[in-house]
Amino acid sequence: MTEETSGDLRLTGVTKTYDSFTAVDQLDLVIPRGSFFALLGPSGCGKTTTLRMVAGLDQPTIGQIWIGDRDITETKAYQRNVNTVFQSYALFPHLSILDNVAFGLRRRKVSDHKAKAMEALELVQLAHIAKKKPGQLSGGMQQRVALARAIVNRPDVLLLDEPLGALDLKLRRQMQIELKQIQSEVGLTFVHVTHDQEEAMTMADTIAVMNSGRLEQVGDPATLYEHPKSTFVANFLGQSNLLEATVTSRAGTTAELDVHGVNLRLPVDRLADGTSALWLGVRPEKLRLVGPTDGGGADDNRLTGVVTDASFTGLATNYLVRLPWGQELMVVQQNDGSLPAARGAQVTLGWAAEHGFALDADQDAHAGAQDQADDSGAT
Amino acid sequence: MSGPVADVAPAAASGLRRVRRNYTPYLLLLPGMAWLVVFFVVPMLSLGSQSLQTGTVDTGYVLTWHLQTYVDALSRFWPHFLRSIVFAGTATVLTLLLAYPLAYFMAQRSGRWKNFLLVLVIAPFFTSFLIRTLAWQTILTDNGPVAALARSTHVTDLLQWVHLTSNDSLMNSRFAVICGLTYNFLPFMILPLYANLERLDHSLVEAAGDLYATPIQTFWKVIWPLSLPGVVGGTLLTFIPAAGDFINSRLLGNTQTVMIGQVIDSEFLRVQDYSTAAALSFVLMLIIVVIVAVYVRRAGTEELV
Repeated sequence: MTEETSGDLRLTGVTKTYDSFTAVDQLDLVIPRGSFFALLGPSGCGKTTTLRMVAGLDQPTIGQIWIGDRDITETKAYQRNVNTVFQSYALFPHLSILDNVAFGLRRRKVSDHKAKAMEALELVQLAHIAKKKPGQLSGGMQQRVALARAIVNRPDVLLLDEPLGALDLKLRRQMQIELKQIQSEVGLTFVHVTHDQEEAMTMADTIAVMNSGRLEQVGDPATLYEHPKSTFVANFLGQSNLLEATVTSRAGTTAELDVHGVNLRLPVDRLADGTSALWLGVRPEKLRLVGPTDGGGADDNRLTGVVTDASFTGLATNYLVRLPWGQELMVVQQNDGSLPAARGAQVTLGWAAEHGFALDADQDAHAGAQDQADDSGAT
Repeated sequence: MSGPVADVAPAAASGLRRVRRNYTPYLLLLPGMAWLVVFFVVPMLSLGSQSLQTGTVDTGYVLTWHLQTYVDALSRFWPHFLRSIVFAGTATVLTLLLAYPLAYFMAQRSGRWKNFLLVLVIAPFFTSFLIRTLAWQTILTDNGPVAALARSTHVTDLLQWVHLTSNDSLMNSRFAVICGLTYNFLPFMILPLYANLERLDHSLVEAAGDLYATPIQTFWKVIWPLSLPGVVGGTLLTFIPAAGDFINSRLLGNTQTVMIGQVIDSEFLRVQDYSTAAALSFVLMLIIVVIVAVYVRRAGTEELV
């Protein structure tokens, strides 16, 4: 079998419906060749369905899937140059580790399948257990065997379906780093499905955030975090404080906003033209507790409030600060030697105008917050 | 899978024994052991002794260690042994071919119909074995629709050509006996296969497809090897009783299809040559044990999970 010309993975208008339920809705996505791409979203958002359609295990109801300039929508799973690392690993219990890894090569009648399989096992540092059966391995080892079994075929796209979900926290961290190293070593396109935002941010070059079968936003981790485009993304990736604001004036590069009678600022390029009402967002760690007399740049935004809760986590202290209109803001203060504030203390919060972001006012301010709380509770 | 579970019990028992003698396990074993002694060990010894005795029913039997009985029995009835093995083997292969797709469908694809289908498989057991076999006389009867269809489609010619029947009818032939055996033992093949295939993790089938295996390769490389314990269990449950069966050949066969079970039956009850009947029983048991031992070893089930 000759090396096929491979390229980007493209999904155009892909929709998957089950009876009356739409799992994936009009998905358009380009995943560049050689990238580490994460599909991130809460359970039931359609990310696994998307992955299964790319693998060929499910058929899209409408739409096409392309690899390079080849339309693979109609091909069967075994005809696609795509391999999957299953959530349950799905190692063949009756075959040795070596035979598991060589399975794909054998089916394609690759001549030196034994040697290539050993090579892949060496890549995941498991060459010494090649003769064992999957049942004799720990979860972490099985995970690496599943990875080797997929990588060894040098697929155009490697799909990972929550591959670290069954591992404990420490092992998961270690595997995150290992996976990323292996990906850059072999240079294959990795598409990683996860509900863990931290995992996605740690590993992926590009993240696509999915919600209810649709794409919310696609971008690199920093862009998604600093400039979320929807309340769902703002709440699902980390935490956000969202303030109800109206634009009072736009002067030069700075817009003036009115938040419950307080004047706040935001760079004007964060605002869409003609917007008047919006959610002004700011991340908890961007907020600082400042003394009322502390100086600051002219662009510093200020709000005053009362500390209603303070919890010390070692790395930082998390505060809840109640504003005059009753809303509570989350504040994360790094443990950098600054004086802690006690519960009940009157405090002033300050942040740089450019740390704010604007979101459409017609969205639900709590979208995505609950999903994230559920998932972090489960892990 | 059952390894660790099985290991726990003796370990716990020995731990207790160190504190004080614990007779509970032996007491629990007692009824089963007693049953085995009374209804298996004693009859076996009696049968073994009977096969080495000489005499008649009227004058009584004396143990003379007359091994010639075995030689005579084998030389007279070896074709019946062979026929029994061939018939039972054929029926076993047929039940496997019929049961495997059915069990796979029931276990993996039937969804909420699963329990209903299981009931259908077991339903024939509500009728007596004898009645079910007699029903096949009606099914295969000369002026019935099945025979008419077989004649019009020249299936009867085909059956004659492969020597499963000797004339235009289906009844009283090798064909009918094998049909009866296959039908009667089919549930014994389906149930172990079903129990095994139900545990098959469907993601393994998907993984094989993902790794370029065609559906046929997926079957032979993944599904079949993983289902071998079920296949071995089912074939044993079918072959062993089928080899000793004496109802099907009597009700559906002719004088040329007599199986060894039928011979033993008539030697005991009609001819009343107890020694020959006992010797035949022993030889049949020995043959089955050897066949099963070779088969299980070749299937290599102990290596499977």
